[in-house]
Amino acid sequence: MTNDERVKGRVQSPKERINNFLEVELGYNSDEAKKEASRCLHCKNPRCVTGCPVNIRIPEFIHAILEDNLPLAYEIIKSSSSLPAVCGRVCPQERQCESMCIRGLKGEAIAIGALERYVADYAIENNLNSVNKIKKNGKKIAIVGSGPSGLTCAGELAKNGFDVTIYEVLQKSGGVLTYGIPEFRLPKKIVESEVDNLIKLGVNIKTDVPVGNAITLDTLEKEYGAVFIGSGAGLPKFMGIEGENANGVFSANEILTRINLMKAYKSDSKTPIKKSKIAYVIGGGNVAMDAVRSIRRLGSEAHLMYRRSEEELPARKMEVIHAKEEGVIFDTLLNPKRILTDENNNVIGMEVVKMELLDKVEGQRREVREIKGSEFEVKCDMVVMALGTSPNHGSLKGSKIEMTDNGLIVVDETKTSLKNVYAGGDAVTGSATVILAMEAGKKAAKEIIELLIK
Amino acid sequence: MYKVIYNKKINDITYELAIDCPHVIENAIPGQFAIVMSYEDSERIPLTIYDIDKEKGLLYLIYQVVGASTLELSKVKKELFSVSGPLGNGNIICSNPNDYKGKRICYVGGGVGIAPVYPQVKFLKDKGFKVDVIYGARTANLFIIRDKLESVANKVMYATDDGSFGTKGFVTTILEKNINNYDIVVAIGPVIMMKSVCDLTKKYNVKTIVSMNPLMIDGSGMCGACRCEVDGKPKFACIHGPEFDGHKVNFDSALKRMNIYRDEEKIKMDEMIKKLGGKND
Repeated sequence: MTNDERVKGRVQSPKERINNFLEVELGYNSDEAKKEASRCLHCKNPRCVTGCPVNIRIPEFIHAILEDNLPLAYEIIKSSSSLPAVCGRVCPQERQCESMCIRGLKGEAIAIGALERYVADYAIENNLNSVNKIKKNGKKIAIVGSGPSGLTCAGELAKNGFDVTIYEVLQKSGGVLTYGIPEFRLPKKIVESEVDNLIKLGVNIKTDVPVGNAITLDTLEKEYGAVFIGSGAGLPKFMGIEGENANGVFSANEILTRINLMKAYKSDSKTPIKKSKIAYVIGGGNVAMDAVRSIRRLGSEAHLMYRRSEEELPARKMEVIHAKEEGVIFDTLLNPKRILTDENNNVIGMEVVKMELLDKVEGQRREVREIKGSEFEVKCDMVVMALGTSPNHGSLKGSKIEMTDNGLIVVDETKTSLKNVYAGGDAVTGSATVILAMEAGKKAAKEIIELLIK
Repeated sequence: MYKVIYNKKINDITYELAIDCPHVIENAIPGQFAIVMSYEDSERIPLTIYDIDKEKGLLYLIYQVVGASTLELSKVKKELFSVSGPLGNGNIICSNPNDYKGKRICYVGGGVGIAPVYPQVKFLKDKGFKVDVIYGARTANLFIIRDKLESVANKVMYATDDGSFGTKGFVTTILEKNINNYDIVVAIGPVIMMKSVCDLTKKYNVKTIVSMNPLMIDGSGMCGACRCEVDGKPKFACIHGPEFDGHKVNFDSALKRMNIYRDEEKIKMDEMIKKLGGKND
């Protein structure tokens, strides 16, 4: 191995892992981590830091790994990111920090994500999250939603002495980290330990409470010094094609919620999940990848159908590689036209059409168009729509908050049109990534601190 | 954890549950629902709110044992792991009573669908409405909450399939005879009943509201399991409903969608009966 190549982390073999939901990547051990850390060039002007949405001081924590000072490495990461064990696993590093790494110019970039995860896991195993006594400032903040933006915002505010209450509609906190991202990519015990850290900081989480119905935003505004809305984008999109209401057509969210939140992959689960012989997941993002790999693990012949070509797949690169290793079949440049059903409304196939790529326009994703007359049929008994999600503003019922025509909350930085109400994450941007939501949560916390303290 | 005040059988297959959960009832509007979980690993069960007691902070639900999860729920005595709510939108008349002043309203209920009828009729009575109720069941001993219903309705008319009580026939038998007395009908019950009611009221051009009860998981607009075809478009019962204009609902699709997990549910039911020891009594 030359220094141009990164140290490969250990993974569960594909043959093994398609029969379980355990984590695919097993992470570095101490030797591997140090060896990888030793590849860092410690640039004077580290570009990786600018590539990170929360600007983690990357070379510094990598240096601490080399020096065997993992508590320090953790402290460095933690000072910028409140969910390091999550980000190390789910961030699209190849488009952020790692894409900026000088090593990447003629070899492989430093495996920053894997190193971050190594440090964060060490911290969890060794219980490094001791909480120093925080002096309370007596100010109360309400947070709507316990997903990545809400958790981050809560953590930052609690560290600064605020009395934070998170409202969550589901029985468990974590938002998409809990109901969406599968165990094999993000073990739920990691999410739970991150949430536990917040509770240790004094954050109060009220589950089972649908803001908008149980308590209105208006009431929260009156009862709290400030409110942060991190309600996400949960509403799944459908294509609007014939047969979409058939039995056997699901949203990716339904499949993932059953599997992750309700544990339907376990044989003794009380929530059922449909088993399929041949399943098609429509879409090309991380959610599509999570859904297709989950279905593969339940024993299906699992296809991913994407209307553009493989190059345009928006999913994280590693997920695509893993999916292929697991035997997921990629059907690209194809799009469903209608879903075929039997007399009982069960899915029996799809009519699909071939697509062709249009010329590249600088700075845009390549568009596609149908090839007329190229329709053909495929057999299947399950179709899963993973076409993205839009915000569902049930929590804003009765409020006059300003929104765009597309139903996104309008913000200036993170400040909404309402006094002392802030928002961030998918509710503002539409479906995006965990790290961008965290960045927004962190920004909002900063603005709230300035509003109420400075 | 939420304290269970009681969880009692009120007829062969029907139970009434009282839960201490002030957060659900404080701002609840009749027609909204709650989702309960017996234990941490249980299914989420959506149930339309039957009654609330604001002073005591109690939520009352009525449910039928129809599968593994409701069987499990019927055995819970002390506390429930999760009670989320209120979810969905309130009944359209109760949410805007002033818009319906002077309208002649008839509620049609069947099965446990009668449970959410009660708080709506009670609410409207308090607002000065005189509301008629048509209540149908297969046979006489399946009727529940008759006293409470009669205490709030202008008039309750009963129908049984076998003629053991009230009119022999269906709710539609009674509704058709009285159709000219009503400007608006609210039907809550089995999908097949709501479909029959809508077929009838469409003929007479009487506006009809139905409350859909499809399969559901999160109940907050996330999974799409509860989608119903309304006016040719997919609508989510949890956040767009549960009430819809009955004349625009595709009931055939709704009926078929109820069977998606039929085989899986059968297996779960057998497992649950085994686990709880002995048969479902």
